[in-house]
Amino acid sequence: MIKKNYGAWKYHEILSAGVMVHVAESGDKVFTVRAGSPRLVSTQTIRKFAEIADKHCGGFMRFTSRHNAEFMVTEESKVKPLVAELESAGFPVGGLGNAITSIIHTQGWVHCHSAATDASGIVKCVMDDLFEYFKTTELPGKIRIALACCLNMCGAVHCSDIAILGIHRRPPKILDASLKRLCEIPNVVASCPTAAIRPATKDGVPTVEIDENLCMFCANCFTVCPALPINDPLNDGVSIWVGGKVSNAMSEPRFSKLAVPFLPNNPPRWPEVVAAVRNIVEVWAKNARPFERIGDFIERIGWPRFFQMTGIEFTKQHIDDFKHAGLTYKRSTQLRHG
Amino acid sequence: MAEIPKTPLLDELEKGPWPSFVKEIKKAAEKNDMAKGLLGQLETSYREKIGHWKHGGIVGVMGYGGGVIGRYSDLADKFPDVAHFHTMRVNHPAGWFYTSEALRKLCDIWDEHGSGLTNMHGSTGDIIFLGTTTDQLEPIFAKLTEAGFDLGGSGSDVRTPSCCVGQARCEWACYDTMALTYDLTMTYQDELHRPAFPYKYKFKCSGCPIDCVASIARADMSIIGTWKDDIQVDAGEVKKYADGGLNIDKLVCANCPTKCMDWNGKTLAIDNSNCVKCMHCIRVMPKALRPGKERGATILLGSKAPIVEGALLSSVLVPFMEMKPPYQELKDLVEKIWDFWGEYGKNRERVGELIQRVGLGNFLEAIGLEPRPEMIRRETETPHGHWAAALPEAFAAGDQEELRRVEIS
Repeated sequence: MIKKNYGAWKYHEILSAGVMVHVAESGDKVFTVRAGSPRLVSTQTIRKFAEIADKHCGGFMRFTSRHNAEFMVTEESKVKPLVAELESAGFPVGGLGNAITSIIHTQGWVHCHSAATDASGIVKCVMDDLFEYFKTTELPGKIRIALACCLNMCGAVHCSDIAILGIHRRPPKILDASLKRLCEIPNVVASCPTAAIRPATKDGVPTVEIDENLCMFCANCFTVCPALPINDPLNDGVSIWVGGKVSNAMSEPRFSKLAVPFLPNNPPRWPEVVAAVRNIVEVWAKNARPFERIGDFIERIGWPRFFQMTGIEFTKQHIDDFKHAGLTYKRSTQLRHG
Repeated sequence: MAEIPKTPLLDELEKGPWPSFVKEIKKAAEKNDMAKGLLGQLETSYREKIGHWKHGGIVGVMGYGGGVIGRYSDLADKFPDVAHFHTMRVNHPAGWFYTSEALRKLCDIWDEHGSGLTNMHGSTGDIIFLGTTTDQLEPIFAKLTEAGFDLGGSGSDVRTPSCCVGQARCEWACYDTMALTYDLTMTYQDELHRPAFPYKYKFKCSGCPIDCVASIARADMSIIGTWKDDIQVDAGEVKKYADGGLNIDKLVCANCPTKCMDWNGKTLAIDNSNCVKCMHCIRVMPKALRPGKERGATILLGSKAPIVEGALLSSVLVPFMEMKPPYQELKDLVEKIWDFWGEYGKNRERVGELIQRVGLGNFLEAIGLEPRPEMIRRETETPHGHWAAALPEAFAAGDQEELRRVEIS
């Protein structure tokens, strides 16, 4: 059916939070059922997907760029049993239209050396909490949540409606004894975007020194040099960013901006992060106009009111101090008072 | 086989309605010791609030420089099963379409040679095989090749290109994203497997400006479908939306970024010359409105995440390009960009950062593209311009007499 109507689709409609229909010029219809997955999946689960594809969909399925699993059938009557089978196998159906879809995320403590927090764990907790919004399409518009466990951001976290970002807050430790053996010092010096790293000699051994006042904890030096570990169980944690998007619809694509500078790593359920995300979702859901993304909504009401409505504290961290910071200052008297 | 370790903290993440990754690791642990080791190490991370993976390590398969990421535990004595736990990136089929047979084949290979844990899929789009040992890499690679799969990119090379579902199942796709993704993947095999660039280079192909693969935010080269002519209108269907209670004035016209639409209660007038192809009206009334017929793509360059010079969105390089095989115009452009970036890019400098450093004007000159106003958000406000050294000299060299005269007057 996909092959036959390739390039000849006419329109589509979202029938419920997890089911849509595409209608071709030929009149053919394909019904897509979208199911959430944890992204980290065992081969048993993939085999289960294959089994469902064989039973309902002629042996075909696909995944989406947000690691949902999609199953397609050609008759409406086949939708219900497919949904029932997916649900009973533990894959909830939803996430289409004005719903919260799967959170894209990185590896975290499961598989990464530079993670400032876990990825899969926070995502699981936030999705458990926002599950009602995965199952319904009552939100004002689309909302994309993403998580990256450090600033490297293996994914488009920086343009998400809500981005959850792991951050470090202390400079790297310097393993003087092994640095020369593991790293090229000129490379390490060049890797720092704020020129905080200088070559040094300690006890006759070549190494580096780091100016703490200049370090902004990006960990780029650690990426090129394993002898500069930055992970820190006391001071690492999570920041939350809002208002980014990649779609060109209505407004242009834009970056997410800082909302909550720091929340502690509190495994296994990260209650502070879960509550902060829900708060932002609810303020937006209650006050936004139809089709407004979080960024469009804040643009309309202004940042001061966003902080007022969410009760998030505005701090020094919210003011940009990197390159081009001056472009972010307000240089007009167009302000709302009271 | 070792026991499945006790994981009181991780067990908390088996609760709740969203599918649990802990359950997945436990499923794999029923048949695989590496997955058991992973459970033990991850529980330790949850207790200590810190990761326990060492920094990289160079491993790979013969003939390829990319596709495998070395991973070693720093708790190898406690969890010897994950002492070596390398990742393999496997190039996915365009659009992530699979047959059940292909999925089972992948599972067979990974059950035999790895942890049985995967990501379907990683952020770039690859199938991620999570966790195996160095001696298993070549057998896996051989079996993947036999099954018609190949490794994806990693390090300073072309990363696995990816795309939206495109014309396979979307009426908005303005070009065949899956065909282009496949073509780019095959054309640039050498660049994909053998890292020779200053840093990574990502292609992402989106069929329309909704940009379902977030191409504009995370691809060095973003190829986003668009059209040149008029939005196709089915007046009958527009009326049906209105009759059905849709407030066209408020929800469609008022939200148009250039206010190029007008609804008088009966007909929808569109000033197409002012349409910026944002897709809003089309997505609200998909039965009534469709992209035009003269279709192609906008080519944008340079997006990336914050490391190191700050995050960038891609910026316009070619406002409109036809997207038809063999895509020669696009490939010529790509190769000119690679030549300049390869020559002038610093170590770990993405192409977007290079453009920031040398200036878009100079970059355009280097790759032989004419500057166009569509490439910028606004014209410069700075009078400190650069003029080429090739301008004619006002005074002939050595004409001291003339210079002195100017100085005195």
